[in-house]
Amino acid sequence: MTNSCQHNSFNLPQEHLLHRLHALQQEYLHISPQAMQQVAAEFNLPLSQVAGVVAFYSFFSAQPCGRFHILFSNCTSCGYLPDGQNLMQLLAQQLQVNPGKTRADGLISIGETSCIGLCDQGASLLVNGIPLTHLNPDKITQIAQQITANISTDKWPAEWFEIHDTIYRRNLLLTTQLAPGSALQQAITHGAAETLTTIQQSGLNGRGGAGFNTSKKWQLCREAPGDAHYVICNADEGEPGTFKDRVLLRHHAEALFEGMTICAFIIGANKGSIYLRGEYRYLLSHLQAVLTQRRKHGLLGRHILNHADFHFDIDIVVGAGAYICGEESALIESLEGKPGIPRIRPPFPVTHGYLGQPTVVNNVETLIAAAHIVAHGSSWFNSVGTQKSTGTKILSVSGDCLSPGIYEYPFGVRIQQILGDCGAQRVQAVQLGGPAGKLIGAPDFNHTISFEDISTGGSFLIFGHQRDLLTVHRNFAHFFAHESCGFCTPCRVGTQLLKSNLDKIAEGHGTTNDIETLKQLAFLIQHHSHCGLGHTAANHVLDGLQHFPQVFAAHLNQHFVAQFDLDQALESARQITRRDDATAHLD
Amino acid sequence: MSAMQNTIRIDRQEIPFTPGQTIMDAALAAKVYIPHLCHYPGLPPSGNCRLCVVEIENRSVAACTTPAAADQTIRSNTPELNEARKALTQMLFVEGDHICPSCEKTGNCKLQAMAYYLGMLDDHFPQFYQRREIDASHPDILLDHRRCILCDLCVRASREVDGKNVFAIVGRGTKTHLIVNSPGGKLANSPIATTDLAATICPVGAILIKQQGYQVPIGQRIYDQHTIRETSLQEHIADCDKLKRKEHQDIER
Ligand SMILES: Cc1cc2nc3c(=O)[nH]c(=O)nc-3n(C[C@H](O)[C@H](O)[C@H](O)COP(=O)(O)O)c2cc1C
Ligand code: SF4
Ligand code: SF4
Ligand code: FES
Repeated sequence: MTNSCQHNSFNLPQEHLLHRLHALQQEYLHISPQAMQQVAAEFNLPLSQVAGVVAFYSFFSAQPCGRFHILFSNCTSCGYLPDGQNLMQLLAQQLQVNPGKTRADGLISIGETSCIGLCDQGASLLVNGIPLTHLNPDKITQIAQQITANISTDKWPAEWFEIHDTIYRRNLLLTTQLAPGSALQQAITHGAAETLTTIQQSGLNGRGGAGFNTSKKWQLCREAPGDAHYVICNADEGEPGTFKDRVLLRHHAEALFEGMTICAFIIGANKGSIYLRGEYRYLLSHLQAVLTQRRKHGLLGRHILNHADFHFDIDIVVGAGAYICGEESALIESLEGKPGIPRIRPPFPVTHGYLGQPTVVNNVETLIAAAHIVAHGSSWFNSVGTQKSTGTKILSVSGDCLSPGIYEYPFGVRIQQILGDCGAQRVQAVQLGGPAGKLIGAPDFNHTISFEDISTGGSFLIFGHQRDLLTVHRNFAHFFAHESCGFCTPCRVGTQLLKSNLDKIAEGHGTTNDIETLKQLAFLIQHHSHCGLGHTAANHVLDGLQHFPQVFAAHLNQHFVAQFDLDQALESARQITRRDDATAHLD
Repeated sequence: MSAMQNTIRIDRQEIPFTPGQTIMDAALAAKVYIPHLCHYPGLPPSGNCRLCVVEIENRSVAACTTPAAADQTIRSNTPELNEARKALTQMLFVEGDHICPSCEKTGNCKLQAMAYYLGMLDDHFPQFYQRREIDASHPDILLDHRRCILCDLCVRASREVDGKNVFAIVGRGTKTHLIVNSPGGKLANSPIATTDLAATICPVGAILIKQQGYQVPIGQRIYDQHTIRETSLQEHIADCDKLKRKEHQDIER
């Protein structure tokens, strides 16, 4: 048998529960009850914790996957439905397999997964964890042939796996490469307190979404008592339409590690972690190589830059397919080898984070910006941008435009300008900050990207005039229903109801009453959920109802329609009685 | 510290609290009822059902997990919040199979009692009709997953009070479900006993003690005679032995 997994030997250090489970999944294509028991014994954990982790994360399965396991992205930008085609169905037909079910011979399984962060690369998929981009019907046919011939992925044409990062606009962060150690040397020379002041003066706010002031976060953590302090880089980048961290991890890893090390120096941490989303496993070897280099150069490890008592190192933990693990407290749970259920806050991670100790969690871009600020000074940074939003924002632009890719702009840039720069024409709507963010139409294109106007973690999704926005809303609603962690009632049940309500409207069974239900559900989810996922999951519906009411109204039925199809409900009875004649149907 | 500093205000009523107490703790101690399903005084809070949502300024928080802080002004018993609580109760109803007339727990069920209390007259939302299993393996205890509202009370009771860690909630989103922490996952292979708190704390008819069905006739059960507001102001883990005894007495009667 050809081992299609060889291409895919990620060689994760096995001491982390997630990594041990990744290895089992890779080798045996599933994690059996026996394997769970064995792992529970190895890690000295209750069986229920191991079972809980396997059940929580999308990339672990209790049922065997195929030797070729293909996951199509279902994002509106890198998803499998480009231009009215259904590439997943096409491949499934050619390989005679039903999506979600492994083929009887165990060769192939096909499924879908939330955005894999390849929105600038066309329709994309992961085959045994490796991304394959620029899909079209021809390529699908060729993939089917490779699989049918049982050719392992390492022998597939290499260009299929190429990812071309295109940076269209560079500003502060993307113009300069930081010389390794240069910022860190500055920090050590000036001392922790002064370095923190520099960051404070720069006005840097977090780039991961919430926009919390970075120096304040570091200060709170620095002052919090604890046995140990930790710095964590949030590289979960799960918001559909965001891929700027992918590009930063690939091309600016030195600056990222430098930023983490400076943070460690300021808060007094000896250990840092990068929580890398499972979809980005292919970046692991590159990141590890950079870490090794830095250890060699005395920038990590003991006595960093010959400092008598500054010791710090970084490990990488690879997630396993769960958007909620981007939420900082869920991320910490996941790092601790648990399902990613957001914690009760307060206490916040800065005082009670990883292993209950003071912890800083920052986005990739934030940490890179911090390193540059320390190297170049606070005015280098805050002379760009607006007064309340200093510096630049790196945007992941995708959707209906000529030049999808990375754009770095000073804060305060107008949305109209971005649309012009990326060659977007006849734009109907822009979704800023991903499905959790804000949906706007043309009248709002004169707004700016900034914390005081419209803020975004990086996602900039463009929908042209030909797009059916209801399909977009359905896509987002399915995303949240799939990614809700299931902990609290309004989000667990509410996102399901929102999804089925939108499906119902799209299928032509909705009435005006369903619009009221949509509003009621959106309000409940937004106000009464436990965490940020729920608080933002219905934003798109409320924005849509406000700015694009006709999108919903156009699908409404004037007359009452039953919630379910009565005739369809008799289908199981027909199957049992093996009847399909006219009288076995309602009309 | 002046006395003023250690009070919160719920719906205009001044309520004292001690540092470390949650809004729920302080309210219950002052006999002020905030609706709740996943909270049980004496067990660590979880915050999953969200029935206890209250408003501080314009923010909605769970009373059971939010620390009381000096001079907090809290809205709880408002028409808007009670409407939200009713909708959350309806969500729990449609997510599982809560066919009250055919359930042995009817009259003793907190979900049903909450529906009465909030004036819920229909399900409002479409039923999920999820396929969930029944675990009848244990000789004395029945576990009917179809009625589980994922409140985590049995999980916490078993871990914190019984010291057994029999249950866990696993999965994600709508696939979230309760499991038994035993090889094979059946209740029969777990160390649970009928005298455990975990065996009796279930607010709904998901965990039932066998051989007791219908000993108390419908019409004479807890919530046939009391509102959930009245009973909830009484309960505490330290009293749970008492509670159990009372239930047994009820049964004997
Ligand atoms: C559902 C959810 C998903 C999130 N995903 C991410 C993410 O992928 N990356 C990220 O940096 N922050 C994410 N966040 C925000 C983090 O909780 C946290 O605020 C951030 O990592 C802090 O870093 P910053 O201050 O540098 O922005 C997410 C938040 C929520 C509620
Ligand atoms: S809001 Fe959603 S994701 Fe957040 S805790 Fe509740 S169920 Fe989980
Ligand atoms: S079985 Fe009962 S106590 Fe346990 S989680 Fe379900 S509803 Fe709660
Ligand atoms: S009682 Fe507070 S969330 Fe359930």
